[in-house]
Amino acid sequence: MTRVAGPVPFQRLLDAERDVVWRFLVVAVGREAAEDCFQETFLAALRAWPRTGAALENPRAWILTIAQRKTIDHHRARGRRPVPVGAVPDGPAPPDGPALRLDGDAWDRARALPPKQRAAVLLRVAGELSHAEIATALGCSEDAARRSVHEAFKRLRKELEQ
Amino acid sequence: MIDDDDRTLARALGLVADRDGADAAVAAAARFAATAPADAWYAVEQTPVGTLVAVATPRGLARLAYEDFDGGLDAVLDDVAARLSPRVVEAPARLDEVRRELDEYFAGQRRSFDLPLDWSLTTSFARRVLQATAAIPFGRTSTYAAVAAAAGSPRGSRAAGNALGANPVPVVVPCHRVLRAGGLLGGYTGGLHRKRVLLRLEGVVL
Repeated sequence: MTRVAGPVPFQRLLDAERDVVWRFLVVAVGREAAEDCFQETFLAALRAWPRTGAALENPRAWILTIAQRKTIDHHRARGRRPVPVGAVPDGPAPPDGPALRLDGDAWDRARALPPKQRAAVLLRVAGELSHAEIATALGCSEDAARRSVHEAFKRLRKELEQ
Repeated sequence: MIDDDDRTLARALGLVADRDGADAAVAAAARFAATAPADAWYAVEQTPVGTLVAVATPRGLARLAYEDFDGGLDAVLDDVAARLSPRVVEAPARLDEVRRELDEYFAGQRRSFDLPLDWSLTTSFARRVLQATAAIPFGRTSTYAAVAAAAGSPRGSRAAGNALGANPVPVVVPCHRVLRAGGLLGGYTGGLHRKRVLLRLEGVVL
């Protein structure tokens, strides 16, 4: 049987992206809430699948965008400040520094990042997204996404040096 | 002040402590698939005639594919996505009844299948041919010409052969019981060696 480009079976998305979605959600909303967000994320994806299944160029960015929205819903439902999207102060984008090795202590010491920075760095590190993909997920410009990731890394690095 | 979420964040992002993260993701995905409002569910079954991919819809069993003969699981699922629906997930519990009847059949404890079938993957002519085929009793054989006649197309034995070759649910619709005139085996959708195995299982002397 010859394989031709056609609709993609949903299970293939689930197999390919479940780990990265799970990791993203665990770090975004905590282990307990991750389960519900995971189910809601893939349910929303399944409902949208007939229309998008054949044409998705970047399924990972697509599903993480849905997951990101579910984390906003979750935080909203718990009365927390949602992760803001859009407006980020203008300014030259600083170049990315050297890769920072993150371990448990680093994050413990880093404490809470501002929501936007936290979301951006999660998508970068846990979701393995590019800056352009993060921009799509957060509804901001690529420069703004790059800046958020950079600021988050800078802040973490500072914490580590103390 | 470090809240619980941040500790979890720290563990998972640090990739140090959350060692069961991958298992948890697999389990969460399986829970999703088991209850997902999909259009079709599938399971992979090991049987005496090889690995079968069973695909069911809310109507019934739509596909029972010989995994190797049909190009592997990915190819079977691509075909299902194209011809049935891309909203298909792996949900073995949804196919418990299929598995049970197949197990009974291969154990010699079942002579006919009671499973509801979804005929979506067949044309109306093929459906008539397959329904005529489903009426051939366990352990008996018929001919392409005879099932063509039973399907209302007395001169359509070649077309009937094509319809049987495209049988979406072999074993359950027993196209292995259809032979060429004179007792020649003819063809089989899973390869002739399987046709022989199935006929022997039913006590047919070849």
